[in-house]
Amino acid sequence: MKAAIILFPGSNREGDVYRALAKASGRKPALVWHGEHDLPQGTDLVVLPGGFSYGDYLRCGAIAARAPIMDGVRAHAARGGLVLGICNGFQILCESGLLPGVLMRNANLRFACHLQHLRVERSDTRFTAHYRKHQVIKVAIAHGEGNYTADGQTIARLEDAGRIAFRYCNGEAALGGLANPNGSMNDIAGIYSEKLNVLGLMPHPENLVDPLVGGTDGLALFESLAAA
Amino acid sequence: MKANIIVTLKNGLLDPQGKAIEGALKSLDLAGIENVRQGKIFEVELATQDRSAAQDLLKSACEKLLANTIVENYRIEFP
Repeated sequence: MKAAIILFPGSNREGDVYRALAKASGRKPALVWHGEHDLPQGTDLVVLPGGFSYGDYLRCGAIAARAPIMDGVRAHAARGGLVLGICNGFQILCESGLLPGVLMRNANLRFACHLQHLRVERSDTRFTAHYRKHQVIKVAIAHGEGNYTADGQTIARLEDAGRIAFRYCNGEAALGGLANPNGSMNDIAGIYSEKLNVLGLMPHPENLVDPLVGGTDGLALFESLAAA
Repeated sequence: MKANIIVTLKNGLLDPQGKAIEGALKSLDLAGIENVRQGKIFEVELATQDRSAAQDLLKSACEKLLANTIVENYRIEFP
């Protein structure tokens, strides 16, 4: 699996995702500057890492979504290529139109920064094959704008098509309530594109790939991708 | 010529920043403030002097970048 990580001014999780991909696949990902127009030949997976691209100016991800490389990412996605957007990367995917909806300011106005349980909604995608359906995993979250919002029709379309990837839950797999850290509709933590080849999620699986830092629940996502 | 673009959240959407500002204003004993919603204003200088051309140009600037029309409204004013 040949991966390319896109670097925007203000990205800061590219090192984490680089390590996670290298660990899971045994291959070093390419780092690609946002000003490029094309992805490296033979790229299978594009990763938009977390951070604060352009200082979150205008709206989170809004300026990065209009960067030259995003035409290449859009073409890659249209060919069925894999795209993973984590945290700010998810915001960029929504702003670029590759995923529907918007990530609004957390409903309680707090920057949410803690370990968070998620329910894996399906295990038959190229991102989650190494999880079990409805498995509860614990990964990190760190965001101020993760409140997933879309109109009723869009939410219904996502639900009907099984396009919810992860939902916020507690350690006992109970969804929502106090376990929802940001007010996200339907406790959505991550969603897929129509063809299930683009995934955006607010949590950081790349931070939980080594027992040294408190858990490895994020590793299966990268192992799934490595085997995809 | 100059133009102002005002971007606001659509009605019905929770505006937590507006709510927090409203709470702070109320705590300052400013009686009579009922509701506050926060938005953005862009002051734009244009090469053209043609109002209708400017309107078209700024509309596409709003649609392409300045507003996220899923959750925001915009209006263009010529002061």
